[in-house]
Amino acid sequence: MEELTFAAALADLASMAPEIWQACRETALMLAVGLAAAITLGGPLGIVLYLSQPGQLFANRWVHGLLGWTVNLVRSFPFIILMVSLVPLTRLIVGSTIGPVAAAVPLSFAAIPYFARLVEQTLREIPRGVVEAAEAMGASPLQIIVKVLLNEARSGLISSLTILTISFLSYSAVAGVVGGGGIGDLAIRYGYYRFQTDVMVAMVLLLVLIVQIIQFVGNRLAARLDKR
Amino acid sequence: MIHLQNICKRFRRPDGGWFDAVCDTSLSIAAGEVFGLIGFSGAGKSTLLRLINLLERPDSGAVIVAGQDLTALDAKALRRARQQLGMVFQQFNLMANRTVAGNIAFPLEIAGWSAADIASRVAECLEIVGLTDRAGHYPAQLSGGQKQRVGIARALAPRPKVILADEPTSALDPKTTQSILDCLKDINQRFGVTVVIVTHEMHVVRSICHRAAVLDAGRVVEVVEVNGAEVDARSALARSLLEAA
Repeated sequence: MEELTFAAALADLASMAPEIWQACRETALMLAVGLAAAITLGGPLGIVLYLSQPGQLFANRWVHGLLGWTVNLVRSFPFIILMVSLVPLTRLIVGSTIGPVAAAVPLSFAAIPYFARLVEQTLREIPRGVVEAAEAMGASPLQIIVKVLLNEARSGLISSLTILTISFLSYSAVAGVVGGGGIGDLAIRYGYYRFQTDVMVAMVLLLVLIVQIIQFVGNRLAARLDKR
Repeated sequence: MIHLQNICKRFRRPDGGWFDAVCDTSLSIAAGEVFGLIGFSGAGKSTLLRLINLLERPDSGAVIVAGQDLTALDAKALRRARQQLGMVFQQFNLMANRTVAGNIAFPLEIAGWSAADIASRVAECLEIVGLTDRAGHYPAQLSGGQKQRVGIARALAPRPKVILADEPTSALDPKTTQSILDCLKDINQRFGVTVVIVTHEMHVVRSICHRAAVLDAGRVVEVVEVNGAEVDARSALARSLLEAA
């Protein structure tokens, strides 16, 4: 391998610009699908987990126990093993097991229980008395969920979503290993396997930058929504 | 207005035994009355109050409010009945992410009022409790007394027949306590709202109640009449509460 100068590294990266851009789009796609699944399926699951726990609106030991157990089960899998075990399901849903869309299937699968737990934990911080006041005023369960629980927890929910997004940015790199593509995959393929240290360093720096931005935006939004 | 008939309520203790919070209690509260529930800690006074709007469901007995047996209602009818029963809490229980006006609007949104009706009713209620200039503030920006005024305005907003107040002044200093009691008294006199107030302080009973039930170990020991600041008490318990005040 030649001696690497800064100028050479820059030229090298510039020549790879289309691939880097492609990797960014793949990462964005995987995250978008995973987060959408987490919010639309994991969010309600988290609400049910919260409402079914003892002392809550729909306290039910069996429902709570069963859902909690299932969530723990999925969360116990090391992500790479989960991905491999879900290959048949991925093929069924997407028709292929390679590419960012295929990688989004196990990502979603892992994101749903993860976000459900974060939502459950966030909702627990709402004082029971506030929910009780709404009950005393004659609010229906749906009104309590939408107007009280989600509104009172909105800042914490944004923080949870920020945590989820950052975790799944790094999960998406693992997804790259089985042909998912994305920024992390680019770092591994070029940087690690082909000893192109400049590419690896650049991709890691790019990820550092993205994480900083996500956390910054998340913190700002959460602070703005928090009136406590 | 409110008739509790042979109410019993037991709770499971952590050791597996049962705790009789309220045993075989009957009570009648007239329309337009300010009625106190007084007793020492653990006497069952808060439980009794929470039985009136069925936040606690009795194990036996009937809860009749405005001629309707609440224990016989289905979930939807109970929600509608509860909209006629305002509640004020010791810890205020305001929604932190809603403004003062938003908190007062909440029960009206639930009852399906139009936006215009909500706006005018919220303004009226803010005026009644003297917080017009705080409409856009959040609860975190208010003092304890102001929070409780919001709590009262919220309870009053849907024009309820009854307001249930659970130790509404116990988290407040003496001076603020008096202003909150005056506020409740004012609402009772101007709008004829029946007020049921739980307290452990005889001075609260003296200052706003017409009558009060003295509770001990889940039973009504005595219902005392209050004339001015005079409390006509016969039971030893009521007398000891009087002396403690």
